[in-house]
Amino acid sequence: MKRIAILSIIALGLSGIAWSQGGDSEAGTVTGNVQMLWQSYSEDPAIGAMVPPEKTGFNAFGNLIYNQGGFSAGLRYESYLSAVLGFPGRFKGSGVGYRFARYADPDGKVDFTVGNFYEQFGSGIVLRAYEERALGIDNALDGVRLILRPVDGIEVKALYGRQRLDFDSRLINGPGTVRAVDGTVDLNYLLAEQGGNDWKTKVTLGASFVSKFQAGGTITKDSLLLTLPENVGAWSYRLDALRGGWSAGIEYAGKINDPNADNGYIYRNGEALLLNLGYTRRGLGVSLSAKTVDNMSFRSDRDVLLFDLPINYIPAITQQHTYNLAATLYPYATVISGESSASAEIFYTIPKGTKLGGKYGTKISANFAAANDLDTTNLAGVEGLVNGYERNSWGFGPTKFVRDFNVQVSRKESKKFKWKYSYYNFQFNTLATPVTTTFKGIVYADIHVLETQIKTRKRESLRTEFQALFTEQDKGDWATVVAEYTWSPHWFASVIDQYNFGNPDESARVHYLYAAVGRIDGPHRLSIGYGKRREGIFCIGGVCRAVPASNGFEVNFSSSF
Amino acid sequence: MPRFHSFLMLICALTLIVGASEAQSLPAVQLKNLAGETISTGDLATEGQPTLICFWATWCSPCKRELNNYAELYEDWQDETGVNIVAVSIDDQRSIRRVAPYVNSVLWDYDVLLDLNKDFARAMQVVNVPHTFLVNGEGDIVWQHNNYADGDEEEVYEELLKLVE
Repeated sequence: MKRIAILSIIALGLSGIAWSQGGDSEAGTVTGNVQMLWQSYSEDPAIGAMVPPEKTGFNAFGNLIYNQGGFSAGLRYESYLSAVLGFPGRFKGSGVGYRFARYADPDGKVDFTVGNFYEQFGSGIVLRAYEERALGIDNALDGVRLILRPVDGIEVKALYGRQRLDFDSRLINGPGTVRAVDGTVDLNYLLAEQGGNDWKTKVTLGASFVSKFQAGGTITKDSLLLTLPENVGAWSYRLDALRGGWSAGIEYAGKINDPNADNGYIYRNGEALLLNLGYTRRGLGVSLSAKTVDNMSFRSDRDVLLFDLPINYIPAITQQHTYNLAATLYPYATVISGESSASAEIFYTIPKGTKLGGKYGTKISANFAAANDLDTTNLAGVEGLVNGYERNSWGFGPTKFVRDFNVQVSRKESKKFKWKYSYYNFQFNTLATPVTTTFKGIVYADIHVLETQIKTRKRESLRTEFQALFTEQDKGDWATVVAEYTWSPHWFASVIDQYNFGNPDESARVHYLYAAVGRIDGPHRLSIGYGKRREGIFCIGGVCRAVPASNGFEVNFSSSF
Repeated sequence: MPRFHSFLMLICALTLIVGASEAQSLPAVQLKNLAGETISTGDLATEGQPTLICFWATWCSPCKRELNNYAELYEDWQDETGVNIVAVSIDDQRSIRRVAPYVNSVLWDYDVLLDLNKDFARAMQVVNVPHTFLVNGEGDIVWQHNNYADGDEEEVYEELLKLVE
């Protein structure tokens, strides 16, 4: 009934405004987008590709937003008939999966939303509702959000809602309720009368409190009968500062006992500390960060795992790689139960006109990231059953989760030719991030990538990638070749071949050949591909999902207006 | 009953499309720039001059190629057309700290905005990046392109010239 009520409010609001504004010079606008993905499947025992009963997969999304002054309202229509492989298979049918109405007054002082919305507090360590549509990840909140900016420099957000869990011809929310409030103080704006806007140092402070409610009950551990907490609170404090080329940030978060499926139903409190330091000037950028996250899995249903109902967001420390072999074979994901991690990165452009810089300048970057388990001691007896362990420090524990070192050099040699070389060295613990079923332990891998781009004639260019991954572990060595030809601004054709030439199992040394052509016309984009897609991990923005092997056609269309 | 309401909403939406045929203008979303200042995206268009809004991310190779190529032409474009380029990063918390070091190291002179949770991208109906919008001096979106291939800058330049002729 609640759902119908919200739909009705939005529908009536939309139609009312449409008519009342008819012929008005202040007429509103409608914007939207559509996205369709169709795949066909053929059996291919060599790569383990299976054919689902439907033989094809089809996902489609249509968004429509009406804007008029400060008012906006919209919806997303979704279809999974049936969901393409790699998407949550339980997504079924067609219907409205997202709808909202919002008013934001023009001076920004009041902004409220009813229905679905996305939100992030600070770094997201206690709350982030977001969507990665290509991965089927969507934990949109469904409720009410109010944002107030009573004076310059102060922003308060408050929200109540439930989170999207599933889709079966309609939106299905999880069982828990999320209540949250966040405040941000921008000292420079707040103290503008005291000259704050002219200060060389910019300071922002923030604090959040998030609470979830889920009906409780009891659990038994050995002979213990334990009561589950129904209300679980989490909080965070953050400070960000900028001065000249320097930037620094610190955020501390805590969470009271929250026995859940991620932590083995222990009653230990959660804690997290995030530090960042950066320096940049023209031609140079340096970034350092460290993060320790202890038992901060926070979901609006204590019994779910993986991608379901996360209230907060804990990104991986490693860089999001883009080249095929570096991005999809051993992508690191944060160990949700806890980890200590650190990273350092430098970007530098050797000035043009120098011997090393060449005519156009040479761009160099290097990145190192490391993550280990937490420095902890397991507790014994009843204490161990209830609280699990205690942490000895914020530092690294003895078990290596990942080491990722990479360096890139790129250079434009002439108007017609440029190249980029990348090297990666990974030490990747497949027990911590289980991306493969064929090897358990640390994979040591070296990856080399040479990318070249040649301008063949006016508005046409050929881009190639030659990639090789060498490892003694898991599936052995890989090579990937990519060739992409573009006719600007409308056409492209590309071929990618991944070849597992070093697989210890000779029958598994197969080529994964995939070819695609596409046309782009302004905001419209159509691509048609055919070939084999490897079983593997598909990541966007630091979140990854396992995708099964498949063989067949793929048609992709997207458009916006 | 739910099906009826979905249907009703679609009818209303279609009514709107017919009724509201104004050019698309910029939605107002509050974003931070690299100097820590809050910017309303509704104010991005410069009066009388074109603005190019480019959605990108540090993990998106074609996006970086696009903006690196524009960087070489930007001074000439500004002289001839007065265009202002706004590079809107959709990097999330994992990579947001890489934006300022990267942008400065590669010598971009653009205004850079941080769309941390994609609020502006959603409002602009951006499905994937790169997605580039050309906004005229009245604040209306007059051209867009959802891709980047080398050579696209020539089309951008032609579109810019149309606005200042």
